[in-house]
Amino acid sequence: MLNIFRKRLSKGVVTRPLAGAGQVLPEGVEVLGEELKKEIYKKFGRSFHIREVDTGSCGGCESEIIATTNPIYDIQRFGIDFVASPRHADALLVTGPVSKNMVLALKKTYDAMPDPKFVITLGDCALNGGLFKDSYYTAKGANNVVPVAMHIPGCPPDPALIIRHILAFLHQYK
Amino acid sequence: MDYKVIIKDVLENNDIGPGDISECYGDEVRINATALNFKNICLGLHKINRSPVMMLFASDERAGRGVFVVTAVFMAAKYKKWFFVNMDVKKESPAFDSLSKEIYSATFFEREIKEMFGIEPKDHPDMRRLNLHDEVWPEGAYPLRKDFNAGAKSESAGAYEFKRIEGEGVFEVPVGPVHAGIIGPGHFRFSVAGEPIINLETRLGFTHRGVEKLMEGKDVPGAIRIAECVTGDSCFGHSLAFSHAVEKICGAKVPEGVLAARAIFLELERMYNHVADIGGIAIDVGFSFPSNHAAMIKETMLALNQKLTGSRYLKNINEIGGIKKNLSAEERSYLRKTLVQVLKDFKDLKTTLLDSVSFMDRADSTGVLRKKTAEDLGVVGLAARASGIPMDLRKDFPGIYDKIKFNLMKQDNGDALARLNVRLSEFEGSAGIIMQLLDKLDLQAVEPSGAKMSIKAGSALGYAEGWRGAILYWVKLNEEGIVERCKIVDPSFHNWAGLSFAVLGNIIPDFPLCNKSFNLSYPGNDL
Repeated sequence: MLNIFRKRLSKGVVTRPLAGAGQVLPEGVEVLGEELKKEIYKKFGRSFHIREVDTGSCGGCESEIIATTNPIYDIQRFGIDFVASPRHADALLVTGPVSKNMVLALKKTYDAMPDPKFVITLGDCALNGGLFKDSYYTAKGANNVVPVAMHIPGCPPDPALIIRHILAFLHQYK
Repeated sequence: MDYKVIIKDVLENNDIGPGDISECYGDEVRINATALNFKNICLGLHKINRSPVMMLFASDERAGRGVFVVTAVFMAAKYKKWFFVNMDVKKESPAFDSLSKEIYSATFFEREIKEMFGIEPKDHPDMRRLNLHDEVWPEGAYPLRKDFNAGAKSESAGAYEFKRIEGEGVFEVPVGPVHAGIIGPGHFRFSVAGEPIINLETRLGFTHRGVEKLMEGKDVPGAIRIAECVTGDSCFGHSLAFSHAVEKICGAKVPEGVLAARAIFLELERMYNHVADIGGIAIDVGFSFPSNHAAMIKETMLALNQKLTGSRYLKNINEIGGIKKNLSAEERSYLRKTLVQVLKDFKDLKTTLLDSVSFMDRADSTGVLRKKTAEDLGVVGLAARASGIPMDLRKDFPGIYDKIKFNLMKQDNGDALARLNVRLSEFEGSAGIIMQLLDKLDLQAVEPSGAKMSIKAGSALGYAEGWRGAILYWVKLNEEGIVERCKIVDPSFHNWAGLSFAVLGNIIPDFPLCNKSFNLSYPGNDL
């Protein structure tokens, strides 16, 4: 136990400010994040919850999504979190080209979400099938199965990019 | 004693002549069998080498030779050889004698051959489909046949039948395909009597994308790109195994510096995955402090990858005969420095975990996979080593690893703690390997390969010991260097069965721990 406290004190806060946002958002993301926290508080009743569904991704996207919740990126500080059930979710985050075997599961997950709800696709596969679009076994992207509101490009997109995209999207959301 | 004794044994016990056996590339022995002696030769090789069926696959050669070819691959680690048994199967109502009743590790391969090619393994005890789910795929459409029409419509061929466990008080708990965490999809059906699990049936295939079919018709760089996306946590391992196969076919002499640099990347991949799993094992027993600590180390490793190669997941580095990215002196010293820091952090992580009595209580003797079971199932890699099977391609087929010192990390208990311990020691072992390789690299700088390889037609087996275990690629190229057939075996394909046996007698709340201690790939299995 003492070790744990010592480690905690010696490491301090490791969370990195998302400096040099340039790519998606011109202004400082940290400042925006603080504003967004207030907006999320109003628009989504305190916090914004995401349910993730893998429809045949290689696992790279999942790894980066998990990384957004690690102590370094810490997406939770903006009031965003990943939940275990679609019933608790405001948004569905879809990765993978949608294997035929996952079409039904994806639809059912979407149907299980309460309104208002929207779908975010993440990674090149989820947009149009990406590398797997010529396959006999994919639906060539999530928008052929559920309505998609936003896409986060990359193979896989890194955690900072994922956070920036989600923040940018929420900023526009009315 | 050398591998000739095995060849002698095959010749003595079967009706074939020396002309049916050929040797290639120094590590492959190919045996041409017939429908009559295929099974007997396979059983013999299985027994004498104590090797599971490492690969068993078909290829469609009806266009050229008017037959299907079925190939079984066995490993003779002792003699550093791979034994191939090839058999022609006639094209009308194709069938062959199933090996599954004698060799369990052939079971899933044969089911795969049936659904992908429509070749019937006669007398197979379980003919249910694996990846082409009955609910969405019609009967009689075989994707890996060359004349398959990609426009096949989705239509149901019935429903999948789960094994039913019956008895007083027995109930079923279905889980998935969509799981609670941020993780791949798969369906688990637990049959539970009271608390203990008495059967686990795993239904996978949910991430099936038709990778092997997509490989066909691609040129080599295009195929490497796909290999990197087979399973996102082993991008480098897969591209390495594929490159190895093509290099064997083309007879490429790969410079030692390149081999050393590749080994460094392979070990970096092992390190970031092992530390992620160590954190995952901690979080699955509810111990969040070390899990976050591990996440920080993983992030450091990924950032290191990014800095060295421009890719956090080590993509786009391999090319045939070389690597695209040279490690400069600065980068090498940065790598050294980072590893020293990471090892220090890792030691703290290890102490936190192993000093926690409640953590050890959860991990110790949970999810035991016995050695005998693991051998019968053909479990490979990390999970095999944790169950007392000393199997590691870095030792069995060493290549550049011959020049450095490292221990094969073996445990005997086969429980979650054993698999954790293998990871803990391999993480530090990998750092040691990289340090030694860096010393070598200092002596011999890697030249970025710009040379054009001369492409040849042929087929070969490529392999690499990824962090989960043996990644195998059997590649067949034509004269233009286009992939005609590529069979991929990720270690997960061998090891999923191991999980089903390891959980028996455990309670469902321990399932996440058992599962994470294996951490098998869904996409690598489903392809």
